[in-house]
Amino acid sequence: MIRVGVDIGGTFTDVALAYPDGLSTCKVLTNYTQPEQAILDGIAIAAEQAGVQLAAIEQVIHGTTLVTNSLIERRGAKLAFITTEGFRDVIEMRSENRFEQYDLNLTLPEPMVAREDRFTLNERMGPKGEVLLPLDPAEVSAMVETILEGGFEAVAIGLMHSYANNTHELQMADALRAAKPDLPVSLSSVISPQMRELPRFNTVIANAYVQPQVADYLGRLVARLRDADVTAPVFMLHSGGGLISVETAAEQPVRLLESGPAGGAIFAADYARAHGLDKVLSFDMGGTTAKICLIEDGAPKTANTFEVARTYRFKKGSGMTVSTPVVEMVEIGAGGGSIASIDTMGRIQVGPRSAASEPGPACYGKGGTEPTVTDANLLLGRLDPDNFAGGAIPLAVAASEAAVATRLADPLGIKAGEAGFGVTEMVDENMANAARVHTVENGRDIEHFTMIGFGGGAPLHACRLCEKLGITELLVPPGAGVGSAIGFLKAPFSYEATQGLFQRIDGFDADAVNTTLKALEAEARSFVDKGAKGAKTTTRLTAFMRYAGQGWEIPVPLDYVTFTRDDAAAIQSAFEDAYRILFGRIIDGLGIEITNWSLVVASVMPDAAPATRFDTGTTAPIMRTRQFYDAALRRMVDAHEVERSALTAGQAVEGPAVIVESETTTIVTSAYRAIGQGDGSLLLRRKEPV
Amino acid sequence: MTPTDIDYQIMWNRLIAVVEEQATTLIRTAFSTSVREAGDLSAGLFDRQGRMMAQAVTGTPGHVNAMAESVTHFVREIGAQNIFEGDVFITNDPWLGTGHLHDITVVSPTFRDGKHIGFFACTAHVVDIGGRGFGPDANEVYEEGLLIPIMKFAERGVVGRDLIRMVRANVREPDQVVGDMYSLAACNAAGDRRLQTMMGEFGIADLDGLSDFVIETSRKATHAAIAAVPDGRFAHQMQVDGYDAPVLMVVQLDVVGDRIKADFAGTSGMSRFGVNVPEVYTRAYACYGLKCAIAPEVPNNTGSLEPFEITAPEGCILAARRPAPVSVRHVLGHLVPDVVLGALHQALPDTVPAEGASALWNIQISARPSDPESGLRNAEVLMFNSGGTGGRPAHDGLSATAFPSGVSTMSVEATEHVGPITVWRKELRDGSGGAGAHRGGLGQIIEIEPRDGYDFFFNAMFDRVENPALGRDGGGAGAAGRVELSDGTKLRSKGRQMVKNGQRLRLSLPGGGGYGAPADRDRSLIEKDLRAGKITAEQAKQDYGFEG
Repeated sequence: MIRVGVDIGGTFTDVALAYPDGLSTCKVLTNYTQPEQAILDGIAIAAEQAGVQLAAIEQVIHGTTLVTNSLIERRGAKLAFITTEGFRDVIEMRSENRFEQYDLNLTLPEPMVAREDRFTLNERMGPKGEVLLPLDPAEVSAMVETILEGGFEAVAIGLMHSYANNTHELQMADALRAAKPDLPVSLSSVISPQMRELPRFNTVIANAYVQPQVADYLGRLVARLRDADVTAPVFMLHSGGGLISVETAAEQPVRLLESGPAGGAIFAADYARAHGLDKVLSFDMGGTTAKICLIEDGAPKTANTFEVARTYRFKKGSGMTVSTPVVEMVEIGAGGGSIASIDTMGRIQVGPRSAASEPGPACYGKGGTEPTVTDANLLLGRLDPDNFAGGAIPLAVAASEAAVATRLADPLGIKAGEAGFGVTEMVDENMANAARVHTVENGRDIEHFTMIGFGGGAPLHACRLCEKLGITELLVPPGAGVGSAIGFLKAPFSYEATQGLFQRIDGFDADAVNTTLKALEAEARSFVDKGAKGAKTTTRLTAFMRYAGQGWEIPVPLDYVTFTRDDAAAIQSAFEDAYRILFGRIIDGLGIEITNWSLVVASVMPDAAPATRFDTGTTAPIMRTRQFYDAALRRMVDAHEVERSALTAGQAVEGPAVIVESETTTIVTSAYRAIGQGDGSLLLRRKEPV
Repeated sequence: MTPTDIDYQIMWNRLIAVVEEQATTLIRTAFSTSVREAGDLSAGLFDRQGRMMAQAVTGTPGHVNAMAESVTHFVREIGAQNIFEGDVFITNDPWLGTGHLHDITVVSPTFRDGKHIGFFACTAHVVDIGGRGFGPDANEVYEEGLLIPIMKFAERGVVGRDLIRMVRANVREPDQVVGDMYSLAACNAAGDRRLQTMMGEFGIADLDGLSDFVIETSRKATHAAIAAVPDGRFAHQMQVDGYDAPVLMVVQLDVVGDRIKADFAGTSGMSRFGVNVPEVYTRAYACYGLKCAIAPEVPNNTGSLEPFEITAPEGCILAARRPAPVSVRHVLGHLVPDVVLGALHQALPDTVPAEGASALWNIQISARPSDPESGLRNAEVLMFNSGGTGGRPAHDGLSATAFPSGVSTMSVEATEHVGPITVWRKELRDGSGGAGAHRGGLGQIIEIEPRDGYDFFFNAMFDRVENPALGRDGGGAGAAGRVELSDGTKLRSKGRQMVKNGQRLRLSLPGGGGYGAPADRDRSLIEKDLRAGKITAEQAKQDYGFEG
């Protein structure tokens, strides 16, 4: 089967085309005004490289950051929000806190819908879905008038407790659709039927806000592809790491927010399965940010809420919390372009400000004068000035030296090399700390994980990160520069359906749960069928549970069966197992509550071809010896330089070593050795203690 | 290998991560709602002398200085010769910890190769500590619950059973409170594991060199920041509601070179009720306010805190003497930054905000069946709510946002699952922001009704009902708070009261004061406020002379 994956990123549009003889990849510059043009160009190049006719392509799989960008840049629809009287300001009051304690001039992000465009209905549901205040049809008609007169391009409806009873939301939506059938209307009880008004309202608003634009773009894309003879169906990668039809994506674009990054996690997960690694930390580092994700038993860890469009140095709380299924990733402002500076205490700080690709690091010679992580790597010998991006971008060592000297070394009274070490060490510390906190939050010990590093910057930094984290094995897969696009090709068709249903375990109502789960399954299956009708599928059931009185639920995996009253005990013990993993102990004597249910239906993917593992190898041919700065040893070391292509299966090189290829450079520190693997990966293993 | 400055910088960076992990461990494992949901906790690392080296940034500035000071009390009380590996110390003494009995502080000495090198300390607000419960109505601290003096929770790794039994017998939720005591000890242990790894990695045997570097670097940066404040003596006072009589807070700032002193002489005397503030808590909030304005970027440690010299005469309401009741010391404590910033404003114009609602409007609701024989369950509900912050020199104040506290509110839907109440309304309070070139933040209005079959009691601990947040530099006052039933019946702003079935409690939270003359407000911002309904046409005309 011939399939093509396309990832639109901020700078590049990546294409990966899988055909019976192999994989063809390419990168083209992202076209901001006509994103679909870059896709067509990229597919044409990849197909030509592979010798494949465009008409022979059988599936197009697409992921994009355009939805997120549209939210960040506020380029969405003129939107009205209809909510319950008394709750007009939920999205503006947020969590009522400041995400930065010491900044007197802190500003909060503007709400996505202006206050005058938020309207209220005199109605109210109770927490069990009981009607506390009925909705007056006359008020519904009046509201329709208001919306039509306002000239809105889209409408979001979010009423209190609508996850428990959505009759009022439906009544309002029906009236709007009857009056204006082509007006896009999003319902919180459809888009995100979960308890907690703030994330649910945010989610339905985000969906409605981007929907006209996304629907328009996807429509154009499909048409342009067809014109270019690509008649294959188009599928989208959703944030949860599975595929949905382009029609579903146009209805629920909020599911696409983390579409691109999720592809990277799937890419890493595929290698984790092939290498039989059940505990993996994926580490993806690019020019501006680094992303970390836990992959256990071959599946990226997922969550049902995340924060999008952070406005303040990637700070938690400075964005907008939405509740939609997502591959859980920690993102920090650390990349090759991250700028180093000195704070008021004379400390070197790195990022989150980035020189990005324009002007880029000082050594690019495009006018950048501030020292970046890439400049520091160059000064420390980790990058070769004459062989960066396969020699396409000559690097100016003198420019890096000048930037580091004037901005860092001279003010601190230290040598440029030492300042450069300070920069890379600080950025590595920041990434290592983020990884450590993330594993702790998940109740895991990071020492037991294997790292998979990809993206342009990861192979330069991953080995040092492993030293800091006590990780003994690091896998660097091939094709790391277009990892997300390749990941798209490995994704199953999947859909996660969720529903808030509040119960105490001591009053477990099996009938209500079974009814809910049947509905969730039917919903999820209907979406999966759009891409994979008749395919073998799996289901994954999760209950979100907590002790009574606690504020947050934990996910509890359960077998998907028809429950009876007697299953309460088993559910309780599953909760206790999950709680123990996360928090180290359980609490006797407290009531237990279930708040939400989630059911994933996914098509079964063929097993990843197992990679033959080589733990040792014979010495690969050394091109030359060059020097780089080994941070753990605190000195320059003589390193072997090896071509990546020379490290075929069973070929090895002892650290210190530098492995070069046109896309990136892999640094093997003195404490590690690298062994080529059967699938083109590099395995870096810590040497035995001497 | 002798560490260089770069090594120390990297280790300092790591220490921040170590204490953040310590705090994360506590947030994840604590029972107390205010810890888990609102971040009401604190965690830090101290050197052998009890000097604080690093502290996690959490939701509670009130713990900042307070915890920094507490470790020295432990060293003094326990005695250096009695500190053993595996020990864990504990107290909730309001005068030695963080100001009220609900906060338990746990200190764990840390050792390396058998040598005592420092301490980890942490503090959390527990769900109950016995006595009358969380509220202002007691007349002595003895009524407010169990006081645990500084003592050992564990010695050489063995937990003392007697203390556990005493606590269990004295609090309403023994499993949760004792569970939190263990969580506190566990969070220190988590911090210690990371510290030991770091010390191994960097090859250091003790913390002395690193501590000197961190503290002296911070001290130097803080003094340099203070030196930029013009010299002089700046006095300011502010009247607030108190429990049953108005409270006057008076502060005098003395800035001389790179030193700054704040003294609260002249402040009202103690109250008979639990709104009194131990001096340690006053120092914490006074320091927080000054630090935000003068040296916000220097991390918290002894070096960055000590340069702020803060005193209050013993016996005033901001330095309450034992055995004064102090349960809701946060109400006046949260107002302390407003008064010190008022003084600092004279030295540093165009830097500090106008006064805000400042004190949180926390509400503890106890739902009770109207008919005791009905078989319905009792339920406790705690809500955190914030009014508006003051307008700022370059920005409007923040609406319904906590300052100086950093806590978060909870979801109404989640709250309605916890207890039998209906929150009919929780939205911005139109027109409540003080007029100014930069408008004060809006307060909010909350309406709560007991559900069928229930009444509820609530503990009122609300301020700025009689005394609104004042503006600065010509800005107007924010709207004062109101506590009433929805039919307009006025209720008291402090103390326990009942709302019967069929009645609705209505809280109107104060708005922040305005900054600068209203006449200087950008017309487009007035129009924007009018469109959004944040001010009325009447206000636009009266306050801003805006006719449209």
